[in-house]
Amino acid sequence: MDRVLPEPTPETQHFWDGCKEGELRLQRCVECSKSYFPPRPFCPKCGSRKVEVYKASGKAKLWSYVINHRPRPDLGTEPHSIAVVMLDEGPQMMTNIVDCPQTPEALVLDMPVEVIFQDFGKITLPFFKPAGA
Amino acid sequence: MKPKTVAAVGAAETTEMGRIPNMSVIQLHADAALNAMADCGLKPSDIDGVATAGISPTELAYYLGITPTYADGTSVGGCSFMLHVRHAAAAINEGLAKTILITHGESGRSRVGAGGGFRGGGGTSSLPGQFEAPYGPVGPPSMFTIPVLRYLKARNYTVEDLANVAVIQREWAALNPRASMKDPISIADVLNARMIAYPFTLLMCCLVTDGGGAIILTSAERAKDFPQKPVYILGTGESVETPMVSQMEDFTSSKAFRVSGKKAFEEAGIRHGDVDHLMIYDAFAHLPLYGLEDLGFCKPGEAAGFINDRNTAIGGKLPLNTNGGGLSYMHSGMYGMYAMQESIRQLRGIAPAQVPGARISISHGVGGMFGASGTIIWSNEAP
Repeated sequence: MDRVLPEPTPETQHFWDGCKEGELRLQRCVECSKSYFPPRPFCPKCGSRKVEVYKASGKAKLWSYVINHRPRPDLGTEPHSIAVVMLDEGPQMMTNIVDCPQTPEALVLDMPVEVIFQDFGKITLPFFKPAGA
Repeated sequence: MKPKTVAAVGAAETTEMGRIPNMSVIQLHADAALNAMADCGLKPSDIDGVATAGISPTELAYYLGITPTYADGTSVGGCSFMLHVRHAAAAINEGLAKTILITHGESGRSRVGAGGGFRGGGGTSSLPGQFEAPYGPVGPPSMFTIPVLRYLKARNYTVEDLANVAVIQREWAALNPRASMKDPISIADVLNARMIAYPFTLLMCCLVTDGGGAIILTSAERAKDFPQKPVYILGTGESVETPMVSQMEDFTSSKAFRVSGKKAFEEAGIRHGDVDHLMIYDAFAHLPLYGLEDLGFCKPGEAAGFINDRNTAIGGKLPLNTNGGGLSYMHSGMYGMYAMQESIRQLRGIAPAQVPGARISISHGVGGMFGASGTIIWSNEAP
């Protein structure tokens, strides 16, 4: 079964274009300098429309997760992580932790992780893997 | 409605009009909202009430960065916004909020981001559809549970603490002939049950059952003319935070719970020690722990000990989820109705697991995955 993929909107297109090009793109407010995610063309902290897109470091730490034992058909049959990482720039992002066993022993809170991109055709998804793995 | 007490001070449409292929539905709402705020010199942080149709008020408030004490999602078609104005006027008169934003946005021609979707798995162009659904969540069991490992670590709680919530609620359910699950369970039973989404086993997740409920309200003045013992409303609160659990501001505390609970306590003018009975919507075993802390019954880090010391169990000083809760009584999908039914039964004095002499009860509900909250404080004594 084909993976369920996002449908970009005009406000989020830069993010998905960035993933295609191997860049994790965030936005920040020019006026109050708040970094935020998911994308929108104004600052959710102060309401200013003066915002800019920038390339994030791709570094994060594992903030929290579950190991889903009833995978959705498009994600296979083995239990897998559904995680939230805390990006070094501040925002939180949902993802899967890949390139490591999907066990509580291997998935340790606060461990450093880094972005890795996987191409699914029209969309490239950002995943995270243990840093240096 | 009190006439001549409420006014419109900001009003604006979207920047463009007619054909707008470069904006999705939610951005049309936001564009109009930002223009209306500019029209009257306000910022999102000045707004404390939201109303909208088509998208949920939760999505709207989150997207704009608003923390509301009033959220109206009445959706009855094209005239929804007149109803929003009317409800908002009443809410301002009643002190539920001071400054209420009402928005509309539809990509009727261009159909950009029109999928909508309130939960992950909804429209693939919605924010949850783009930034949560691709990672495989399958409804609440694999989403509502995501903050919990962080919460356990921050609070120094264990999975046994989580399991004990289910164990004690099963003790209450055993007293309730209408409860779906009545057999006693141990912490080991809970931990050894089928794993659903680590660290959550089946017995830490709510039931899936059928049922319904209804409530009829009238003025306190008229209430004494009816056959049943009246249950009065002392105070209320509500709030919304985010349609995306991944974007909760703090994984160890629900902002919607805190805002809703604080408002209800302020309105009621009561202290925590005045509360005889408490219902906290328990879609999963962690909800009562968050609820006890975010409503202020326990300090952060003390809720698990409070439950383990049997304060919320039969004979305890704060009986909690006395119908057995969503974990053992019933859960049809939107359980909040059943929490209020049990508060009303307790204050009428007719509950299967009756708390002797209960005078004040709180029904505290959650919506979505920590997305929204509502709190009602009830009393069987006329205010």
